[in-house]
Amino acid sequence: MEGRILPLFVAAPLAGAFLVPLLSKLWSRFSDIIANITTALLLGISIYSWLILNAGGMPLHYWVGGWRIIGIAMWFDALTALIIFIINTVAFCVTIYSIRYLDRYTSGRWKFFTLLLLLIAGLNGLAISGDLFNMFVFIEISSIASYALVAFGTEEEEVEAAFKYMVLGEVGGAILLFGIALIYARASTLNLAHLSQVLAGMGRTPFYWFVIGTLLIGFAIKMGMEPFHAWLADAHFSAPAPISAMLSGVFIKVTGVYAMCRLMFNVFGVSRAETPAFFNLLIAFGAVSMVLGGLLAYTQTDYKRLLAYSSISQIGYILVALGIGNFWGIAGALFHILAHALGKGTLFLASGAVERQTGTRNLEELKGLEGSMPATTWSHTLAAFSMAGIPPFAGFFSKLFIIIGAITAKMYWLAFLAALFSAVTLGYLTKVVNLAFFARKDEPRTGAKEAPALMVLATMLLVVLALLTGLGFKGVLGNLVGPAAKVLLNGLEYARLVLGG
Amino acid sequence: MIPYIACVLLFLIGLFVVISKRNLIKIVIGFSLIEYAVNLFFALVGFKRGALAPIITTPEQVRMGVARNFVDPVPQALVLTAIVIGLSTTALMLSLALRLYEKYKTFDISEIRRLKG
Amino acid sequence: MRGMSLIVRVMTGLLAGMLLLYGGYIILHGHLTPGGGFAGGVLVAAALILVSLAYGSVEQVERREYILSSIFESSGGLLFLGLALAGYIGADYFFRNAGFYYIGKPLQLISGGIIPLANIAIGLKVGAGLFAIFLALGASRFVMKE
Repeated sequence: MEGRILPLFVAAPLAGAFLVPLLSKLWSRFSDIIANITTALLLGISIYSWLILNAGGMPLHYWVGGWRIIGIAMWFDALTALIIFIINTVAFCVTIYSIRYLDRYTSGRWKFFTLLLLLIAGLNGLAISGDLFNMFVFIEISSIASYALVAFGTEEEEVEAAFKYMVLGEVGGAILLFGIALIYARASTLNLAHLSQVLAGMGRTPFYWFVIGTLLIGFAIKMGMEPFHAWLADAHFSAPAPISAMLSGVFIKVTGVYAMCRLMFNVFGVSRAETPAFFNLLIAFGAVSMVLGGLLAYTQTDYKRLLAYSSISQIGYILVALGIGNFWGIAGALFHILAHALGKGTLFLASGAVERQTGTRNLEELKGLEGSMPATTWSHTLAAFSMAGIPPFAGFFSKLFIIIGAITAKMYWLAFLAALFSAVTLGYLTKVVNLAFFARKDEPRTGAKEAPALMVLATMLLVVLALLTGLGFKGVLGNLVGPAAKVLLNGLEYARLVLGG
Repeated sequence: MIPYIACVLLFLIGLFVVISKRNLIKIVIGFSLIEYAVNLFFALVGFKRGALAPIITTPEQVRMGVARNFVDPVPQALVLTAIVIGLSTTALMLSLALRLYEKYKTFDISEIRRLKG
Repeated sequence: MRGMSLIVRVMTGLLAGMLLLYGGYIILHGHLTPGGGFAGGVLVAAALILVSLAYGSVEQVERREYILSSIFESSGGLLFLGLALAGYIGADYFFRNAGFYYIGKPLQLISGGIIPLANIAIGLKVGAGLFAIFLALGASRFVMKE
């Protein structure tokens, strides 16, 4: 079906990003207004496209410039719908939140919003792209915006973290480009659908595995998987809170997990039955990330650093679930991407509110904020429950699906490990809740005021969404996550749909 | 085959520089080497011995089938894009390095250790 | 920053104009000869950087140049996006090269639909953007603090 709406996913944030520096010269508040209008518009477009998709039943596609097959392809199926929805929901909340959060920086408001809109443009473009090289370009656009945003505060730690992140991230980008060059050398095409047919004709040669390995290293760096996790903790720790929420909730999953899934499942056609080696690799690295990230998170005393290590652990969950490879495993992974984006987004936004109001992030200095910042406290606590997998929040169902998947695939030790690290997650998140927000009656409390209304609103919006996703898990599974998981499971069906439609 | 091996060697040299050097500017240079190696590799992919540049100047050439003897123009277009991306990353990296120099008064990465990692 | 010696300044005065002209030529002939918006934009930026290095500049001027080039950069981006949207609105396809009467004449300056216009937009964006990068790198002490 013709997806005339699709280019707007990239065009709208780009237009916003170019308008912000122009109009903010007239009045600095224009940057807030433009950014918020753009993200609201994007959320509207994503819901509208999802409705069209559901009404027609067929994926939407679009050829830029009207050049079929040889041109830039855009593609909107159930998986894209899910990812686009996650990106734009979190982005919407983050822009609302940023309006007041940026008060702590003396200037450069327009730079922040320009970069944020570029980041969103890159992520949206990556999600709808149906073309290998454009995927790379959009990964780079969002990555470059994120490096600059990590360094936004221009303090020592922030610039240092940004530099380390940038060196590692760009080496990952170069490796990705190398993999793309290898693919092009053999297949002479870059369109994902066309490519999948060419690759299917080549068979599982050593070359095939070499390309998969090269791409996996690139994506592993982008998603902060265990051996390459060094940048993640520093970058999430140093970035402004809304950017940490974007990075952890959306960026690592879209540029890492989503791009990897799209290429591996739909282009290279991996499946549990035919290429178990790939899936076992995912399980191995995922389990290591899950265990190490969770244990490292336990030892942290800094609020945001703890959350950053927790992100590594949750990425491990997603990889393990993908590695299980049956319907429940993949649905669990996608559901966990959603649940983690909402939950970890809330946690990072709440951490930003706490830091803004109290001036510290050290868990040993924070005490009993419950009395003074009730809304932030409860958003944080509920989001922590969601992350730890307590019903009826979204996080519970994602972990439930993963465990069901592991049991149906007869991987009992994985089910056990997932359940165990669910408890570990609960442990370190309760540690934050206990230390920072609640205190015994006789203990002194940190004096602070509640964060501004807009910040609280954005935080609560995300946590309410996490709750609603959990309560309506049947609808979410049936309409959003289930079809997306089927897209991945059907693998090469993708090519037939694109080239046939 | 030799040019391809040279590309991989260049890549490895760049990686070695990024990992082993302690000077921020040298790290940026090493990164540029990686960037060039990949771009060169990509450009080589479209190479064909004795082929022409993919430019059509008259309509007759199309009819004569001159396009069959062209080098593949797609990698060249992609490499140009990759070079533009490389330009922006190098500029950003250099500005971050300058910023670090301003803060720490040194380019030595081993002295820039505020973060635990 | 301070300016350079008399020799450099005289040579710059001779060269800068030609560089600008050549940059403009490359941008405008982007659809006919090798080069185009990016290459020409780099030449334009090189001319600007040369002038500002040779003659030196004061803080206020540099700040003004920075703001000006950021405005030019954004308008270049907007122009490029506008061309894409023109195809989108006029012919249903983003970047559709349609709706222009002068399409496809080999070695004619006025041909190629939106391609020359897109080259101009990119030339604006790259020229202004690179100059802004130069200013931000060379003068980061005060410009980035702003």
